[in-house]
Amino acid sequence: MATGIKDKVAILGMGCSRFGERWDVGSEQLINEAFTEALADTGIDRSQIGAAWFGSALDSVNVGNSAIPLTTALRLQGIPVTRVENMCATGTEALRGATYAVASGAVDIALAVGVEKLKDTGYGGLPVPGKGTLNDLWMPYCSAPAGFAQLAAGYRAKYGIDRELLKRALATVSWKSHQNGVKSPKAHLRKAVTMETILNAPMIAEPLGVFDCCGVSDGAAVAIVTTPEIARALGKKDLVTIKALQLASSSGRESGMTEWDGARVPNTRMAAAAAYKEAGIRDPRKELSQIEVHDCFSITELVTMEDLGLSEDGHAVQDVLDGVYNADGKIPCQIDGGLKCFGHPIGATGLRMVYEHYLQLLGRAGERQLKNPTLGLSHNLGGVPYNGVAAISIVGLM
Amino acid sequence: MSRSTRGIVSYGAHIPRLRISRAAIAEAHAWALPGLKGQAKGERALCSWDEDAITLAVAAARDAVRDNGRAAPAALTLASTTAPFADLQNAVIVASALNLSTSTQCSDLAGSTRAGLSALAQALESAAEGDALVVAADRRSAKPGSAQEMQFGAGAAAIQVGEDASLAKYLGRESVSHLFVDHFRATGEKHDYYWEERWIRDEGVAKVIPAAVKRLLAKTGRAATDVKWFGLAGAPSGSDKLVAKTLGIAPEQIIPDLAGNVGDCGTAHAPLQLIHALENAKPGDLIIVTAFGQGCEVLAFEMGEGRHRPATGLAKSIAARIPETSYMKMASFEGEIDLEWGMRAETDVKAALTQHYRSADQINAFVGGRCKVCNTVQFPRLPNCVSCASPDSQTPFNFADELGQVATFSADWLQFYLAPPLYVGLVQFDVGSRLLMEIVEVGSAGIDVGTRLSMQFRIKARDRKRHYSRYFWKAVPVR
Repeated sequence: MATGIKDKVAILGMGCSRFGERWDVGSEQLINEAFTEALADTGIDRSQIGAAWFGSALDSVNVGNSAIPLTTALRLQGIPVTRVENMCATGTEALRGATYAVASGAVDIALAVGVEKLKDTGYGGLPVPGKGTLNDLWMPYCSAPAGFAQLAAGYRAKYGIDRELLKRALATVSWKSHQNGVKSPKAHLRKAVTMETILNAPMIAEPLGVFDCCGVSDGAAVAIVTTPEIARALGKKDLVTIKALQLASSSGRESGMTEWDGARVPNTRMAAAAAYKEAGIRDPRKELSQIEVHDCFSITELVTMEDLGLSEDGHAVQDVLDGVYNADGKIPCQIDGGLKCFGHPIGATGLRMVYEHYLQLLGRAGERQLKNPTLGLSHNLGGVPYNGVAAISIVGLM
Repeated sequence: MSRSTRGIVSYGAHIPRLRISRAAIAEAHAWALPGLKGQAKGERALCSWDEDAITLAVAAARDAVRDNGRAAPAALTLASTTAPFADLQNAVIVASALNLSTSTQCSDLAGSTRAGLSALAQALESAAEGDALVVAADRRSAKPGSAQEMQFGAGAAAIQVGEDASLAKYLGRESVSHLFVDHFRATGEKHDYYWEERWIRDEGVAKVIPAAVKRLLAKTGRAATDVKWFGLAGAPSGSDKLVAKTLGIAPEQIIPDLAGNVGDCGTAHAPLQLIHALENAKPGDLIIVTAFGQGCEVLAFEMGEGRHRPATGLAKSIAARIPETSYMKMASFEGEIDLEWGMRAETDVKAALTQHYRSADQINAFVGGRCKVCNTVQFPRLPNCVSCASPDSQTPFNFADELGQVATFSADWLQFYLAPPLYVGLVQFDVGSRLLMEIVEVGSAGIDVGTRLSMQFRIKARDRKRHYSRYFWKAVPVR
């Protein structure tokens, strides 16, 4: 009988590079920047690391295939290292691999690394990866924003929401993240913007304008995990442990059958239900101190509030406009700026979210520190809303 | 000699929806060629980047074969002087889109804009068993600033012939082969080279066509005054009136030359004029259609009592228009200017021909699957059912004629697309299935959740490195 991951694995240390247009460094230096911080945080020697999981999503513009880019960057000789890729859930996948390795007893200490070097493409936005030889023959080549923007059409149709009202709520999502990004020293975008700027920005994929889209950034994030017992033996007092790690992937139902309403992401709902169960959370609205969700686009964040059960279905627009998810709201969301402003180096993002929870839970979040947080939820959405992978991790004080 | 029972059993037409105003073309060239303003009347059909002779042919052919009460054609000929492939049979691509049997005899006919009528005559005179489908299609290219840029259009006509003369009976053909070079285009060249119109009309058309028509009338025992519908294609403007006058055919019997609203459709032009006659003629009417080109083809038909009508046909296809006034868009679609589309346009769209062959019916004919266990229809057709996951449960299900509606959509300005924005969305088919598709021909009316959609065979991607177009189906709003 599966018992879940709750409190079986503790975070021994974490690190995160500065995110942004890192023209000055390559992926090796980004990895090293995050790893150096994490290793110092743990107080261990790198030779104590028993295994590693390496997440990078776009090998074509990034580091290349296999574990070798990581082992070479950090000179990890002879230990088992696995490269993982699961689109925008890649960083969480790396954490999942490392966490499960420790929980299984296979190793005492495991490393999770996520990195993406997106600013070597030569243009803004993401490159268009192939979708496989069969899909490439029929599937439209559309940009990531056009994939997610379809949620807006579905959401408007389902709840009969006026275009302008939805656009204003979406702008509020981005406005809030820009406010938060100002207080986040490692964030990519650290400038507050006005609602007018957001609302009048050039169109990228209707109804999403430039400010509805997250930053395309370089960056890396690292977690080093172990058992709570070993963590304590190493002198750690306040332990942040993994409460849940869940993943839900599409089988093609949403995009192939007629049941999906276009106004929600079923994978997120399935992953959230499993994660709440694993973590023993009964009322997420009351129990979660803070959330970091996959705001690749403003509409994704808005819909995710309902998918996570934090807003009633059809009420996220009003909740967003009411400031429920602002830094001073009931459930602060993207307190570090989120994908929108902290940035979105794909392979690093899931780990970056956990990094923010880790800092907040240990009271190390500086200017943006929340008051007595106990539980943080991270959410990733890889692919598109109608065909993708949702990942949820929950961490908290033990 | 033709068999007396051979005739036309069904027909279909397709004119691309975009229509560029000739005033817009003339205005763009006014700085250098002010004389073009004299031709700046009406509009002409314009192909989007994803339409070519094959896609036009498929649209017309579907119109001709759908619910026509006939067995599938045993032969298919594609006549075109602008077919995309020099060595890869274009007709078989059309046949594959129509999901015709691999035993269908396919052939391409080219070399002259008269090839549309030549192909039709050959099919009508063939002794082969079964119906033959003749499709003529052209997307004509003209050099910027040329008279042809104003005159040329695009379109396709499909005519199914068989041992049934109830719709229109074939009376016979007169064919003249005569090396009169009014224009030419060397192999591999993009544009035609034309001689002076007055010479073509007076020394070519006016001498060749009347004599040929007279011979055919004599052979069929008819008089010029019997002609109720007379069409002339491939000749300079006004030639039809001149020839009709010479022959003693009254001006009101002349089939519209489609110059004002469509433009010259090359091989498809005479067959389209024939379709105009079929759509308007009364039983017993004598129809004569002619195509000029290195001599001419002249075909005669007598309208019968049969009343089969295609879903679209010519008149409706002409009426279904999206007005366009951007000459720069036309120049880009025609490949006359190469815009800087940015690095996203560098993405390689090379197709795996092995994979394409494995999934040929899915990609070409839009054949998905229907689950034997739970009856759910689905695309693509994969080993396990999308609904019940039953393995190896799929039987073929054709989506090409299914209607649907927009379930979700966006207009994508970021993705490289030759006709931005790229409309993309989940199409919900009435039969109970969804598919992410490109949505084209949106026009100024726009789309929203619920907009009704039908399916069209279009160019999916153009591999600009290897000069290979590959095709798939796109959704088009039902207007």
